[in-house]
Amino acid sequence: MKKNIFKIANQILQSRLIVGTGKYKNFKETAQAVKASGADMVTVAVRRINILDKKKPLLTDYLNPKKIKYLPNTAGCFNADESLRTLRLAREIGGWKMVKLEVLGDKKTLYPDMIETLKATKVLVKEGFKVLVYCSDDPLLAKELEYIGASAVMPLASPIGSGQGIQNKINLSIIIKNAKVPIIVDAGIGTASDATIAMELGCDGVLVNSAIAKAKNPILMAESFKNAVVSGRHSFLAGRMKRLFYADASSPLKGLI
Amino acid sequence: MARIQLNGRKLELKNRHTILTLLKKYKMDSKKIAVELNGKIINRNKYKIVYVQNKDKIEIVHFIGGG
Repeated sequence: MKKNIFKIANQILQSRLIVGTGKYKNFKETAQAVKASGADMVTVAVRRINILDKKKPLLTDYLNPKKIKYLPNTAGCFNADESLRTLRLAREIGGWKMVKLEVLGDKKTLYPDMIETLKATKVLVKEGFKVLVYCSDDPLLAKELEYIGASAVMPLASPIGSGQGIQNKINLSIIIKNAKVPIIVDAGIGTASDATIAMELGCDGVLVNSAIAKAKNPILMAESFKNAVVSGRHSFLAGRMKRLFYADASSPLKGLI
Repeated sequence: MARIQLNGRKLELKNRHTILTLLKKYKMDSKKIAVELNGKIINRNKYKIVYVQNKDKIEIVHFIGGG
């Protein structure tokens, strides 16, 4: 049985739910949802500053990076070089060494380009980054990422932002069974029960953005995800009953009148 | 005068600028950003001493919401 401490590289996290900060109405809603989710790590993107709008509010004004861990991502990068450039800049902003690598291969599906992902992971590991890698749900590639030094492997449940939930439980289970680093389901989670299923399969954590941000009530959904992840983890640790083909009465037959 | 490109925009700077004075001109907090000058990241300790030259391409980035 896996221990009940969630640790990525040397970083202990209190919550097994990591949340994204994109797609919200405004930063106030982002901050409220993050708080309600109980997450202590959030993903953020690196982008150009708008030099024409000097008064534009900043994410850091709403989510204090000293209180909540920022996990810079490479969203929008389509090759290893672009993602390396982005993460080196991210490190310069605040000294972040823990990063999320995501090298996309196709605009329609946002599926990861695993060849470029492997290439970038190798360089980042060499440069001292702690890399959490978004990847396909291929068990061999997931293992390969672990071999080359990924701090966590993050297979997709289904395409980014699709809300289609976990499409390949078998692959995910194989990845989890083989892994020595944390496995975090990233992308495609649609609702709280999807997160529970991921955790019941034995995932170490779940990364959610759209399912919270695009809910009718994002703050309530954030809280729901908090409970769903805890629930799924407890369920995994408790160990489910064996499936039986026929019924098995819950009330004893002895003493029946 | 220096003609530069800042975050993809062409600009003319009348006065001589270091990275730091450029950041001040655009009211940017040097602790919350990173600067890339002609493809190379400039260490924040050097903002004071690196001068902006004609034809420089500068990118200044920060964190925004993302998944």
